Amino acid sequence: MLRFAATRLISLSLSLLAASVVIFAVIEVIPGDPAAFMLGMNAQEDTIAALREQLGLEGSIFARYFNWITGMLTGDFGTSYTYRVPVTELVLARIWISLPLAMFALILSTLIAFPVGLIAAARRGKPADMGIMATTQLGIAIPNFWFAMLLVVVFAINLRWFSAGGFPGWENGFWPSLKSLTLPAIALALPQASILARIMRSSVLDTLDQDYIRTARAKGLTRRQSITRHALRNAMIPVLTIIGMQFSFLLAGAIIIENIFFLPGLGRLIFQGITQRDLVVVESVVMLLVFAVITVTFLVDIAYAAVDPRLRRRA
Amino acid sequence: MKWPRTLVFGAALFAIFLFAALISFLWTPYDVEVLNIPAKLKTPNAEFWFGSDHFGRDIFSMIMVGARTSIAVAIVAVGIGIGLGVPLGLWAAANHGSWLDEVIMRGNDLVFAFPSLVIAILITAVFGPSALNAIIAIGIFNIPVFARISRGGALSIWTLDYILSARVAGKNALRISVEHILPNIANLLIVQGTIQFSLGILAEAALSYVGLGAQPPTPSWGRMLADSQTMISFAPHLALFPGFAIVLTVLGLNLMGDGLRDILDPKIRRSRQ
Repeated sequence: MLRFAATRLISLSLSLLAASVVIFAVIEVIPGDPAAFMLGMNAQEDTIAALREQLGLEGSIFARYFNWITGMLTGDFGTSYTYRVPVTELVLARIWISLPLAMFALILSTLIAFPVGLIAAARRGKPADMGIMATTQLGIAIPNFWFAMLLVVVFAINLRWFSAGGFPGWENGFWPSLKSLTLPAIALALPQASILARIMRSSVLDTLDQDYIRTARAKGLTRRQSITRHALRNAMIPVLTIIGMQFSFLLAGAIIIENIFFLPGLGRLIFQGITQRDLVVVESVVMLLVFAVITVTFLVDIAYAAVDPRLRRRA
Repeated sequence: MKWPRTLVFGAALFAIFLFAALISFLWTPYDVEVLNIPAKLKTPNAEFWFGSDHFGRDIFSMIMVGARTSIAVAIVAVGIGIGLGVPLGLWAAANHGSWLDEVIMRGNDLVFAFPSLVIAILITAVFGPSALNAIIAIGIFNIPVFARISRGGALSIWTLDYILSARVAGKNALRISVEHILPNIANLLIVQGTIQFSLGILAEAALSYVGLGAQPPTPSWGRMLADSQTMISFAPHLALFPGFAIVLTVLGLNLMGDGLRDILDPKIRRSRQ
């Protein structure tokens, strides 16, 4: 197990290193002079030179990359050109919206998908199963940002149960903040819950085909008993992997959904960064997102191997 | 052979939008680039079947042209995925266990760490938003998907006896990959292609919605939804029709994918029923 974790940790570090090279190359090397790019066409030569110095663009590409990486490792993501504050500060203020939103959606999606998938599997081929399969098929096809708009129309504009957007801030109370994340989380969770419910269903059905379930049934257990006592635990393994993978989709999805609900999260920051050509912000937030995706994948791998010893050898 | 109902229904649904997209090259009820302010924000009626937007443009015509944008972006993005991913996957499988295999697969893992939205953000931050950049972003994301699936499929075929006889007959890895492996993984690729197609439609809509995709005046479903957002309280039809268009197209493609899988992959048929 320790050896498995160690090899995965090395590959995690290599992935992060490679990702950082790609991001650095796209943002800082391809545009030529980032300072000129950020200031636009009509910039004066001396303004560009001043910005170049301010951004630390003097020196070779390798030196700049090295500075960027070592800076990030010590928590220094550089200074935003438009906000004139450290990017770390901007990110820290916003990550406590995007991260809880993605977590909230993940919990919702899991809470919906487990019972729904289980019911479908237990009632395979019956009307309940067919209804659930049709609904989840629709759930996968609905874009979450459109679903979010419909939620706003129904629950914010017509029923007035929730506000249509904005965020009060965690310091102004936990419940009001959670409430303002509820509609966005539901919108994010719907397609993921549909996918997860289908995987849950087929995973349970796959397990039910196994010999040990037949043995359990032969011993006199009912179908329901064989599912709850034996099938469920084994069916959980693939489901858990998918849950881990979904986190990265939810984090990326949160970027879009935040815009609909005017939540001042990482999504708003990154899109403002793009329109204002604030490359320092874009670069850092993208690196952070990729870091989150790679780290979650790593954690799922480790958890997976801890649960299922067979996987340790395969690595 | 009996065609699965999901395939027939899904194909019919998708055919409607494909047909609308093709017709839009020749004819649309109204010109989607001409503004007609006096006719703005009409609800659906005999004149404007799906109503009109804040510039008086006909929503029905925009949906038709939008279908063109969505389908074109998704097709090219799937094409990039297949065109680059499949050769990479076959190449990796032919050199299974070598450093080349390792490099290709680790490269794939790296791309997987960048969700298509993040790739699009990186590209647009530097090159500016456009439909072409959306295609590239979705296409790059498709490469590892197809590489992985063709490598997996190819690996299981490489172990078969007739591949051994082909080697004995003196065929090299390239010829074996093209003549024997590729035809045998075509089914896998068709099914995956349908799935990536529908994901491409969703991704294009999302990118256009946040302004990273097709730019005005090119109508696109995601863009129409973004425009409708501020008017949703008094003109909900602006948001309903493009949304339905996306849902029905994606639903059609997903059902098609399910149906195709049932026909083409007997292994999966058992567990899906």
